[in-house]
Amino acid sequence: MAMEVTQVLLNAQAVDGTVRKQAEENLKQFQDQNLPSFLFSLAGELSNDDKPVESRKLAGLILKNALDAKEQHRKLELVQRWLSLDPSVKTQIKACLLKTLSSPALDARSTASQVIAKVAGIELPHKQWPELIGLLLSNIHQLPANTRQATLETLGYICEEVSPDAVEQDHVNKILTAVVQGMNSSESNNDVRLAATRALYNALGFAQANFSNDMERDYIMRVVCEATLSPELRIRQAAFECLVAISSTYYEKLAPYIHDIFNITAKAVKEDEEPVALQAIEFWSSICDEEIDILEEYGGDFTGDSDVPCFYFVKQALPVLVPMLLETLLKQDEDQDQDEGAWNIAMAGGTCLGLVARTVGDDVVPLVMPFIEENITKPDWRQREAATYAFGSILEGPSPDKLIPLVNIALNFMLTALMNDPNNHVKDTTAWTLGRMFEFLHGSALETPIITQANIQQIINVLLQSMKDVPNVAEKACGALYFLAQGYEDAGSSSSPLTPFFQEIVQALLTVTHREDAGESRLRTAAYETLNEVVRCSTDETASMVLQLIPVIMMELHQTLEAQKLSSDEREKQNELQGLLCGCLQVIIQKLGSSEQSKYVFMQYADQMMSLFLRVFASRSATAHEEAMLAIGALAYATGADFVKYMPEFYRYLEMGLQNFEDYQVCAITVGVVGDICRALEDKILPYCDGIMTQLLKDLSSNQLHRSVKPPIFSCFGDIALAIGENFEKYLIYAMPMLQSAAELSAHISGADDDMLEYTNSLRNGILEAYSGIFQGFKGSSKTQLLMPYAPHVLQFLDSLYMEKDMDDAVSKTAIGVLGDLADTLGSNAGPLIQQSVSSKDFLSECLSSDDHLIRESAEWAKLAISRAISF
Amino acid sequence: MAPHDLRRPFKRAAISDQQRRRELSLQRQAQHRRDAQHQARCLASFLNPHSDPDPEPEPETTPEPEPEPTDSPKELDVRHASKLKGAEARKWFARQLMLPEWMIDVPDQLPQDWYVFARPAGKRCFVVSSNGTTVSRLRNGSMLHHFPSALPSGARTKDSSGSAQSYSILDCIFHESDQTYYVIDMVCWREYSLYDCTAEFRFFWLSSKLAETGACDPPSQYHRYRFSPVPVYNCDQAGLSAAYTGAVPYVKDGLLFYNKHAHYQTGNTPLALVWKDENCSQYVIDTDSKGQVPSQQQVVLELQDNGNLSTSDDPPVVFGCLDQAFIEQTESRSGNLLRFAIGDGGLNFVDGKLEKADLHYLGKSNRARAFADSYSKVMFQYMARHSPLRIDDLLASINSSNDQENKPSDVEMVG
Repeated sequence: MAMEVTQVLLNAQAVDGTVRKQAEENLKQFQDQNLPSFLFSLAGELSNDDKPVESRKLAGLILKNALDAKEQHRKLELVQRWLSLDPSVKTQIKACLLKTLSSPALDARSTASQVIAKVAGIELPHKQWPELIGLLLSNIHQLPANTRQATLETLGYICEEVSPDAVEQDHVNKILTAVVQGMNSSESNNDVRLAATRALYNALGFAQANFSNDMERDYIMRVVCEATLSPELRIRQAAFECLVAISSTYYEKLAPYIHDIFNITAKAVKEDEEPVALQAIEFWSSICDEEIDILEEYGGDFTGDSDVPCFYFVKQALPVLVPMLLETLLKQDEDQDQDEGAWNIAMAGGTCLGLVARTVGDDVVPLVMPFIEENITKPDWRQREAATYAFGSILEGPSPDKLIPLVNIALNFMLTALMNDPNNHVKDTTAWTLGRMFEFLHGSALETPIITQANIQQIINVLLQSMKDVPNVAEKACGALYFLAQGYEDAGSSSSPLTPFFQEIVQALLTVTHREDAGESRLRTAAYETLNEVVRCSTDETASMVLQLIPVIMMELHQTLEAQKLSSDEREKQNELQGLLCGCLQVIIQKLGSSEQSKYVFMQYADQMMSLFLRVFASRSATAHEEAMLAIGALAYATGADFVKYMPEFYRYLEMGLQNFEDYQVCAITVGVVGDICRALEDKILPYCDGIMTQLLKDLSSNQLHRSVKPPIFSCFGDIALAIGENFEKYLIYAMPMLQSAAELSAHISGADDDMLEYTNSLRNGILEAYSGIFQGFKGSSKTQLLMPYAPHVLQFLDSLYMEKDMDDAVSKTAIGVLGDLADTLGSNAGPLIQQSVSSKDFLSECLSSDDHLIRESAEWAKLAISRAISF
Repeated sequence: MAPHDLRRPFKRAAISDQQRRRELSLQRQAQHRRDAQHQARCLASFLNPHSDPDPEPEPETTPEPEPEPTDSPKELDVRHASKLKGAEARKWFARQLMLPEWMIDVPDQLPQDWYVFARPAGKRCFVVSSNGTTVSRLRNGSMLHHFPSALPSGARTKDSSGSAQSYSILDCIFHESDQTYYVIDMVCWREYSLYDCTAEFRFFWLSSKLAETGACDPPSQYHRYRFSPVPVYNCDQAGLSAAYTGAVPYVKDGLLFYNKHAHYQTGNTPLALVWKDENCSQYVIDTDSKGQVPSQQQVVLELQDNGNLSTSDDPPVVFGCLDQAFIEQTESRSGNLLRFAIGDGGLNFVDGKLEKADLHYLGKSNRARAFADSYSKVMFQYMARHSPLRIDDLLASINSSNDQENKPSDVEMVG
């Protein structure tokens, strides 16, 4: 039943487009006519050593794509399709795949490895293909080197594809044994050793039990450490990758090895080639990540109650680790600041130093200061840059008490360097360091300000001047200004030290956005972002100047919309700019809309702004849509009920946003904007509710929509119900069953991981907010009895949430509020039901004595509502 | 299995501004959703029994005068205000009290829509407890006491319930002779804003919450002054009599009437009213600085840019006008509060509107004054001197509205 596919597969890679197109169509036809035969033919092609390697590779690739896809729903379809395929065909295909592992052609073997892993990824969780691991590992020692290599590679891919609980421990043991033996220095074939080392990287997640066994762990660690000394660069690199993975997966098991690992990594950083040295530095960055997390979890109370104890590896290694990292700082590349994708040992070392500072705090300072003092005035730019970078790196972590005296000395030096240093690289790092000073050591929370009446003028002059420098330096200067403004965020509503400079700063930032080279180094984006922050942190004193910005930004937006006949590249830039301008307007709207006085004046621009935003929707850029939508949400809130005049025109874009499954961020934001509009229009939104509800219900039933949008959709039901009150009646028969089934699904989620629990809690919160809005919306109407049939289920949901004991504080607060809403709206009718529920007793009393005052408040309120419902 | 990309963010802020915009928007939306929900929960029907066959009109459907732009206290402003100090705090608090108008005619529906209680004699003030201390501020915003109290977060005690950040704001009258703060309204409780709640809800919350804290206990080391609620009555015949004649532990200074459906509105409001006569107040007719009742009624008015003399109402009521020469001669400036006597010419009305007032300049007002007199105050004082509104008038009004309710509907007999 196999088809002859070789020629078609070769044609599908032809240079001639017509031939290629024809071949692709033929392949599609084959697939549509007889899928099992098609897949089997591909497997046959892949396994046949007489066929050209090009057709074999493509056959494997098509096979792989028939088993897996990026989009979740497509992936599920493919899984189902494979599972329902005739078992005898599947057996034949799998036999072909395994056979290919012995092929002399490397590409064919490698492709087969990946396809086998995809099949395993589908079948092992369904307890199918149980013999796979055994087949792969039988006689592995007697196999020729190429087959051993392919087998190990396959095991690696399988471990990447399959979750550990789908593989029994006995098989895990066998896999690890084979893999670690393959890595051993006694393995003479480098390809085999490399494949084994890379396989171990993926298999580490399976090795929980083995890492708890001292002997096995010692053995694995010894083999990994030995592999870091292999003469073959790729093996050394892969072995260090394993160490990095081990550092995060098995941090708590590292103590006996950390001394040796330090020596190995230090040697690699000093002497080895860059790809290896980078991994060696990454090991310490990863240890820092772990210890920062653990120490954060300890929190302020230092009870040591965390699951994982902190071993203070970084603190212990500090006296040798810091000099090692400082050394790397001097190995900069000439133009790394202009190259977006650059990553070298100096960058990795500096980043690691920053993490070290966050891990150990004050202790890092005396170790770094001598290096800075020695190098910062040297004629060689590398030394000045390294010293500056070192200083910038340690500004987060150590206490302000320790840093502020140093910053007070350094500030003037840095300002001078930013103006006068002849080297761009030094200036770039200097501006960045100033930004870090302002980010971490400037703000109302700090007792001694580093920016004072005496120096603010000079600081701003230097930054504005530096914004005229080359793009990468100017971008960092914008960044420094961003944090300088942010430090005055809560300066109070009346007066900000930035006020005297406001006009000048805004003007300078606008000038930057118009630079011809503003497209380089993210400069334009940085300038707008800084402008946004300056506006956000402005006070009433400068409200009139913020107001004057509106026509300026509107004009810019208008110009982007007028531009004609753009190349696709220009259009992309134009869309990006539209996004930035809409973002800027959004920030202004939110700022001015929050004060009644300025709101009144800025509303004169509302019509114009709205018509510009609507025109942005004509573009095809998701980012621009998202920003325009956010701006409209802010405008709706500021406008209030008058927003209704925009609805006829805006509605279709609202609908469009709700239908945008592909760019789910746009969809999510549109859902949020529906909430804004509900609160602005209240019952005037009624004429649009049929359309909106239809779309929201469609969204909920779609399996294409990203799951993160579903909780906000439920909350949005609540917003709508609260706005239109008893008019929500007609949607009850659709919305309530959806809520009910989502509630049932989300009530019990035993064995979920943290991500799943977090998502489930956000889903619960959405469902509960919907119930809250619906109950409150119907309150006082003559139709409250329509909600009675749903009350038992809602109470049951609350009870089961309470019993599961895994809801977070936000859910507790919303849940106990729903209990109150139900009692408040249904009153005495629901009295007996409420009295039967566990929630009204144990849950309520737990909430009443909660530490969280928001939960307590909701509970107090629920108590009151219940006592009334029961007493009447 | 190619080597994994290990690049980390370099010289970049971890969060993009776009992400920040998105998050701020989500925060804003969540906050507004909470506000909307909170408001819904505080609506009047909450305290109206469901069995009530005759539902009250929802309060938000009755158009209320727009508050001053700067006087719209949102939750965040209040949070902010609880931390204010010095001149800023004085400025803010001076504008935050709800000030009753004087009762110059009797509102309809007294028994249905109004509460009444005897106003304790003393200084009206805001009491703010937060961060382990308690501060009371007078009507003009200046500080009265700074003390520890048993209010939430009102003292630095070890077993403070709730977070130290939590704050509460009470509307009180400080009664000198028994050194007690009589709580007449609750504006915020444990960060829970009650501004947008009806008086009915606020009074309910006040009576159920205050006692829980121990604030009504006698003074102790961490509780310098006693707090006490005042008895509040429905303004029916029995309630009004109880408030008027009933025994209370404090010296009365008139009666306060609160509309049950009104939110806590800063500044002057016709939805809270004060009324006095000689039986329930020592201070019916204003005294001068020496405590003497002057022979002529005195009023304090604000000088406007155009020379007009106006009350503190919004919109202001104009009582007269000064010419430029006089302004210069008295060195007055726009915004000054000036004191006048009402001469024998009195106040003249045409169609219920003030037409002419016989004003005689006395001088600048005491500097402690924050506001000019309100129209209702001037009118009440004027009436008190000429034809006062008496308790019997109030009782009669209640009876007549009862009569209306009890009046059998007319049926035309045709048989």
